[in-house]
Amino acid sequence: MNLLAALFAAVMDLPERPMRWAQRRLSGGRLGWLFVGPNLAIFAVFTFLPIAIDFHYAVTGGTQLLPRDRPYVGGDNFASLLTCTDYLDPNSCTRDLFWHGIWNTARFVLFQVGLMLVFSLLTAIVLNGRIIGRGFFRAVFFYPVLLSPVVVAVLWKWILQREGILNAWLMAAGQPTTNWLLESNWAFFWSVFVSIWAHMGFYTLILLAGLQAIPAEINEASAMDATPPWRHFRRITLPLLMPSVLVVLVLGLIRAVQMFDEVYVLTGGGPGTATTFIVQYIYKTGFADQVRQYGLAAAASLLLASVLLVLTLVQLKGMKRG
Amino acid sequence: MFRVPALAAVLLAAGLTAAHAGDIRIACYSDGNECEATATLAARFMKENPAIKVTIDQMSFKAIQESLPVQLAAGQGPDIVRTTDFGPIARYMLDLTPYLKDAKYWEDSYGSTLDWMRTGPKDHGIYGLMTQLTISAPIVNKTLFDQAGVAIPKKGATWDEWAAAVKKVQVATKIPFGMVWDRSGARFAGPALSMGAKFFAPDGSPAVVDDGFKAISSRMMTWSKDGTFDRDLWVAAGGGYRDGFPDFQNGKAAMYLSGSWQLTRLEKQIGDGFEWVVGSAPCGPGGCTGMPGGAGFVALKNSKSPADVAKFLDFLAQKPVYAEMSVMTSNVPANEQLQKEDLPYKLSPAGTAAMKGFVANAALLSPLSYKLQGAPLSRPIFGAMADRISQAMSGQMTLDEAYARITSDVADAAKAVKK
Repeated sequence: MNLLAALFAAVMDLPERPMRWAQRRLSGGRLGWLFVGPNLAIFAVFTFLPIAIDFHYAVTGGTQLLPRDRPYVGGDNFASLLTCTDYLDPNSCTRDLFWHGIWNTARFVLFQVGLMLVFSLLTAIVLNGRIIGRGFFRAVFFYPVLLSPVVVAVLWKWILQREGILNAWLMAAGQPTTNWLLESNWAFFWSVFVSIWAHMGFYTLILLAGLQAIPAEINEASAMDATPPWRHFRRITLPLLMPSVLVVLVLGLIRAVQMFDEVYVLTGGGPGTATTFIVQYIYKTGFADQVRQYGLAAAASLLLASVLLVLTLVQLKGMKRG
Repeated sequence: MFRVPALAAVLLAAGLTAAHAGDIRIACYSDGNECEATATLAARFMKENPAIKVTIDQMSFKAIQESLPVQLAAGQGPDIVRTTDFGPIARYMLDLTPYLKDAKYWEDSYGSTLDWMRTGPKDHGIYGLMTQLTISAPIVNKTLFDQAGVAIPKKGATWDEWAAAVKKVQVATKIPFGMVWDRSGARFAGPALSMGAKFFAPDGSPAVVDDGFKAISSRMMTWSKDGTFDRDLWVAAGGGYRDGFPDFQNGKAAMYLSGSWQLTRLEKQIGDGFEWVVGSAPCGPGGCTGMPGGAGFVALKNSKSPADVAKFLDFLAQKPVYAEMSVMTSNVPANEQLQKEDLPYKLSPAGTAAMKGFVANAALLSPLSYKLQGAPLSRPIFGAMADRISQAMSGQMTLDEAYARITSDVADAAKAVKK
């Protein structure tokens, strides 16, 4: 035991000498760079370098993969993506599939994030109350978060496909069946629904933590004043929960804009392009089309990144104000 | 020697590289049992050539199609790949001519399909070996036709006659669809050619949309609206190939437009579940043609053992070995001499009759169908056709808009390839 303790102490002492040396040699400011250096190097190689390469691809054309073989085309890829007669009508755009992706993504974000926030909040409030089997229900709502997105999509595909469980139930009940994944509006609805089902647990957990952080005495004081429940929620719970709500909004929004895996497996982006989102367009253009237009895919990904950046900045500003 | 598909897919994705000198690595996908048959023949080859080791990595078609071009561009990849998609990897193909003992034998035996791997009329290289010749043709559920009391349309019947016949079967037997086609531009191309589509302008440039093309597209729309055609399969996916076999297998359609590569599945998965036969390609003003196609083993430039690669492919290309492979895989041979011979296929009576049906359809293939299959832009043309017609079927655009998009998509692909 003593030997182990001595060994442990020796190991812990190992960095001391080089640290002392560094402290002597480097001033306080420069010492910080020493600590962040390794992380910065990793970021540089795995984050900044790919971004730089992405910029290079976005301003070059052709189908060649190696950067040195690609001809410079300037802003052609961006111009091609952004050329439309009417931005509200994707069919009027040079790259109609890109704009279908944009509008589908926008619609998805609006519905998915909005509804998920509402449902997560309601669920968190219920799970924060004194209900029977509270622990069980918390686990039940969190369980889908543990599943892989592909598993979630395959599971729901079994339920929703033409000969799926849902239609089997409807047939057994003598009700008319529907091609849930083959009619544009239904396919879109189920994409939103499945996504909410899969991720709601995570956001509920964040909001639940936020609810539990509200000091009990505030709630007690409100109860003593006989504050009506709606007013209590609007004037006390919601303002105090706002930091958690903003976290949920930021995370949910980013995840929704990047949506690909679940919907791709569930609907393949169909029917037609009814559930083709922007990330699927980028993937298809760069990696799945017969003629791979890496430049176009890179330009689209930069446009997506810029939208995400703006959204994040707006929300961060909101959080600061909050 | 043989790997499980999942592991192989991971290997490819993780950077499967060309083997060392004396070793040959093959990235292989199977339509039926092509990789297994190749493995059997490779074992014999290795016995005869102990200095050469052949390793076959079996993986999905999608893994090959999507990962391989990227790998090859990065200087990685196997020595040989089995693929149907030659255009994206054309620049990485190895010309086997200098390594072959008898290049003339290859030209004489595989001349009509060697062009499919070439980049244009000035290219005379030999880049690989088609493992089979596939022919698209209607596969018919005879049991349903019999139940409905409808005669299967005979040789020379038009598309309209076929559509009317399958509609009668659909109504009489209360099945969901009259016919199902794989969601594929290549499948669509056969009927389009039959209806008189030319696909190329007189100067050889792509000109996809013409009266023949419109004739079949408008019929397809009508059939999809009245339920004759399995629209669901086409509109379900945002893009890419979709297999109509499950719908045919489950008796949901009286006719299935697919091809000879389905023979193994027809035998194994339907067997005597119902009576199935191969019909004669429906006709139109352009003839009664399906589409030829198939997969081939292609040699790749990054190989460290080009001579060994050529030796192995030359071994497979020899008539007796190739005949054995065709029999083992139940495929129509791409070898032109073997096409004229009766190969001893180990098939059921239904399978043997179906094989004869496919071979009979091979004789009906139009020269234009070979030209289209081998055209450098054939894949973008097929992709644009399938995706845009699907969008029209789903109601997202009109047929006229789809025509305009097909034209611009193909022009865009041509422009990107030229850069």
